[in-house]
Amino acid sequence: MEIVERLLNHSRLALSKAITAVENEYDDAVKIMTEIYPHTGNAYVLGITGPPGAGKSTLTDGLAKEYRKRGKTVGIVAIDPTSPYSGGAILGDRIRMMDLMSDEGIFVRSMATRGSLGGLSQKTGDAVKLMDAFGMDVIIVETVGVGQSEVDIVKTADTSMVVVIPGMGDDIQAIKAGILEIGDLFTINKADREGTDKLNIEIEMMLELNPERVAWRPPINRTIASKGIGIEAVIDSIEAHKNYLIESGRLAEIRRARIKNEVTAMLNDRVNRYIDKNVVETPEFEETVRKLQTREIEPYSVVDKIVGNVLK
Amino acid sequence: MANIRVLVAKPGLDGHDRGAKVVARALRDAGFEVIYTGIRLTPEQIAEAALQDDVNVVALSLLSGAHNTLFPKVVELLKEKGLTDVLVIGGGVIPAADIPGLKAAGIKEVFTPGTPTSDIVKFINENVKA
Repeated sequence: MEIVERLLNHSRLALSKAITAVENEYDDAVKIMTEIYPHTGNAYVLGITGPPGAGKSTLTDGLAKEYRKRGKTVGIVAIDPTSPYSGGAILGDRIRMMDLMSDEGIFVRSMATRGSLGGLSQKTGDAVKLMDAFGMDVIIVETVGVGQSEVDIVKTADTSMVVVIPGMGDDIQAIKAGILEIGDLFTINKADREGTDKLNIEIEMMLELNPERVAWRPPINRTIASKGIGIEAVIDSIEAHKNYLIESGRLAEIRRARIKNEVTAMLNDRVNRYIDKNVVETPEFEETVRKLQTREIEPYSVVDKIVGNVLK
Repeated sequence: MANIRVLVAKPGLDGHDRGAKVVARALRDAGFEVIYTGIRLTPEQIAEAALQDDVNVVALSLLSGAHNTLFPKVVELLKEKGLTDVLVIGGGVIPAADIPGLKAAGIKEVFTPGTPTSDIVKFINENVKA
């Protein structure tokens, strides 16, 4: 395909249009991804999550600049939530990254979560693959750690970083949210604020209690991203984690799990769509629902029967 | 499932972003995906962001008086980058006498103070090639 050829020849416009095709599920999206697939698997994927206002975008901006100093090209996928009321979204991550716009070694794409059923992680994965095929060395996926699908995205990265800040009320709040468990490394941003030491201790205590983290002890870095302080140490930690993953053989495992997740999600998606189209959106199904409501029938055998018919 | 994507940007040395933020919010509420890029941007930064985010619309806000230079420059750079089908609109304190010149330079519409945000939404819905 012409767009794929142009993308592989580093056309930024082709990359951008290809991401749009995937995001909007245009007719040519599957063909693009099919042709792209053999060219993927080379980039290192970094997932960044944390609560709103933690400074993820500012930190991403700083990390991108530091990677550039170290000779790496960087793709960034910045995800912000879609309003459940209007379907619109304000994608504001780019505001922290505008001075990256003059660097051809960087490509930033803002994505809205939209309402799709688990489709977000698939579309993000496709955007990552397109940047990978384009030739980006490092791809950063940045998202607010609130929903399951956002956490899924970060979980499937090679290295996952959780960004926290001191002074968000009760420090136990962050632990409660559950996002701390997915961090391969932690960054306490805005570390000039009061409560940094306390937060550091809290995270360390939590890590002590996690028996799975034996071979790799997640490091805790401190940054003041708005002033560019502490960024180099974060990259050093990412590199250390990468080396650990390679030497222990974990990288291959993580990537196999990622592929498995992706294919499973694609299968689920296909089956869901098939059921929506051929079962849920039929007049017979409305009739079934009516019978269920009047208790003429019960749902368990209905499901058995439908599944028996659909998945022959 | 295609959403209209709008880049809201303030070119030049002008920190007055209240209007741009009000418009950004109104566009979000109308169901658009709004990429808000902030203040004091060069036309090059705006055009590159428009390319990377593959937006349908670039909405420029400017209150410093430099619109006659900066708005057409954005249009020019978008074309240079191959973004030929992007709708460019402008807003701010723009004298009526300048509007025909801006339109001739490729700014499709100019919204001055007092414009209801619904007019902007309507204009975008009617003029974006879906």
